[in-house]
Amino acid sequence: MVAIDAGKKKPVVVVDDVHVIYKVFGTGKKAKAVKSSLDKKSRMREVHAVKGVSFVVYEGETVGIVGSNGSGKSSLMRAIAGLYPSTKGAVYSFAKPTMLGVGAALLPNLSGEKNIMLGGLAMGYSKKEITAASQSIINFSGLKDFIDLPMRTYSQGMSARLRFSIAASKKHDILIIDEALAVGDRQFRMKAEEKIRQMRQDAGTVFLVSHNMKSIQDTCNRVIWLEKGELLMDGEPKAVCDAFIAAMDQGDSE
Amino acid sequence: MNLADYALSHGLTQVGVRPKFREYLKQAWGRRDLAFTMSLYASESANARTRLGRWWLVLLPSLQAFAYGLVFGLILGDLRPANFIPFLITGVFLFSFFSGSFSSGAKAITSNSGLLKTVSFPRILLPLSAVIREFINLLPQLAILPIVMLAFGQQISWEWLYLIPITFLMFLFSTGLAMISARLTVQVKDLGKLVPFITRLMFYSSGIFFEIERIFAGYPELLAIAMLNPVYDFISLARGALINDMQTTPFLWIAASSWALVTFVVGVFYFWKAEARYGRD
Repeated sequence: MVAIDAGKKKPVVVVDDVHVIYKVFGTGKKAKAVKSSLDKKSRMREVHAVKGVSFVVYEGETVGIVGSNGSGKSSLMRAIAGLYPSTKGAVYSFAKPTMLGVGAALLPNLSGEKNIMLGGLAMGYSKKEITAASQSIINFSGLKDFIDLPMRTYSQGMSARLRFSIAASKKHDILIIDEALAVGDRQFRMKAEEKIRQMRQDAGTVFLVSHNMKSIQDTCNRVIWLEKGELLMDGEPKAVCDAFIAAMDQGDSE
Repeated sequence: MNLADYALSHGLTQVGVRPKFREYLKQAWGRRDLAFTMSLYASESANARTRLGRWWLVLLPSLQAFAYGLVFGLILGDLRPANFIPFLITGVFLFSFFSGSFSSGAKAITSNSGLLKTVSFPRILLPLSAVIREFINLLPQLAILPIVMLAFGQQISWEWLYLIPITFLMFLFSTGLAMISARLTVQVKDLGKLVPFITRLMFYSSGIFFEIERIFAGYPELLAIAMLNPVYDFISLARGALINDMQTTPFLWIAASSWALVTFVVGVFYFWKAEARYGRD
């Protein structure tokens, strides 16, 4: 269980014993191993990605999440964002979290400009607001020359730039950034980190998932280390990052 | 104090749970611009890469009507309905709206995973936007229907204005239909494969190119069932409004209105029930 800080700090996100279990159809087995193709259960595999994680995030915290690949970071973030409800346990939040992840374009066949429009509307902008904000989003993304091209033609980095710029244009009470900056170039990452620090000053809560320890230490004031779906460490950025790096290096030498 | 009580006592709310029905509708209404804008963009981009562009919206159903007219006009011979061309074109044009809503609704959730995984918003806006897009595509067809009528010997009449309430009822019905097909294909992927088959079945059973009253004349029970088919009801109403020799009967008005209301309400409710499931793959 997690100690509750009874002080005056205001909780923003409460993660209460969250489990995330995916049910996936196993493929690639030999045909013989499968009793019948209609027998769904025999092909079903359960992946227990997050195993009972609890913590409380208070106002004014920027939380870095570290852990090796497949440690459940993204699953936990999606549970916090409410995009993939937890199988067991619950997440409580003070406002609706917004998630920014890597991956495909929003609407691949539409131009960047139209994606700004639709992404903004989906986030809750009014048509007028997003039209007004559009120019500054394009400027921040640095994609002026490509903004009328369909988003499917964008590289991963360009796509991430645009999506970060859309999300960052709005004031979020809670913003989750899941490695979205990893594919961006150095210049953009610095610009984005500056924006994140600015958000923290505006009393916004930011979760930052990253493999870049420098980026985490530069922007966060608390770090959580997940391993195999469990919370391993939670505390000061430097202490947790050092412990994490030490464990990773040891893993390499074994 | 456990964590849940602690969270609730500080005014936090649980994330990722389906909102209450009224609250959900309110949220969806608040972001309705998303559905409108999305359908507008999709309809623009759909034909953007073809030379004839938006003309395809009229050309394609016209070509279809021409093909069916040629084939079935010959096969049916004396069974051909009176005013065959206006009869057939009304049927084919309106049917394309129903089949379009049904199949776009079925893809509304499954084909927008990029958006679903990134932003949380009331998912009902996606099938709604699919129906609005189909409706935008229907508009040019509705505009040329009167021209077709005049060209094939129909007299202009006040009854043509019935097309406005009929279109409204059709929109309600199609929206409900799209909601149902959107949820079904998410839960049972296999149903996505059946969509073209069901569409075909509806096409041949709704009297698009023949009069069910004549075909089923000897089978009163079958006729009674066929007349309750919603697609038949809407299309017959439209024919009654447009074609001078045909009438809009009170039975058709009642049947079509009931179908529209019931399907709309059931569809929206049914879709909302699974709100927390969409985009979870």
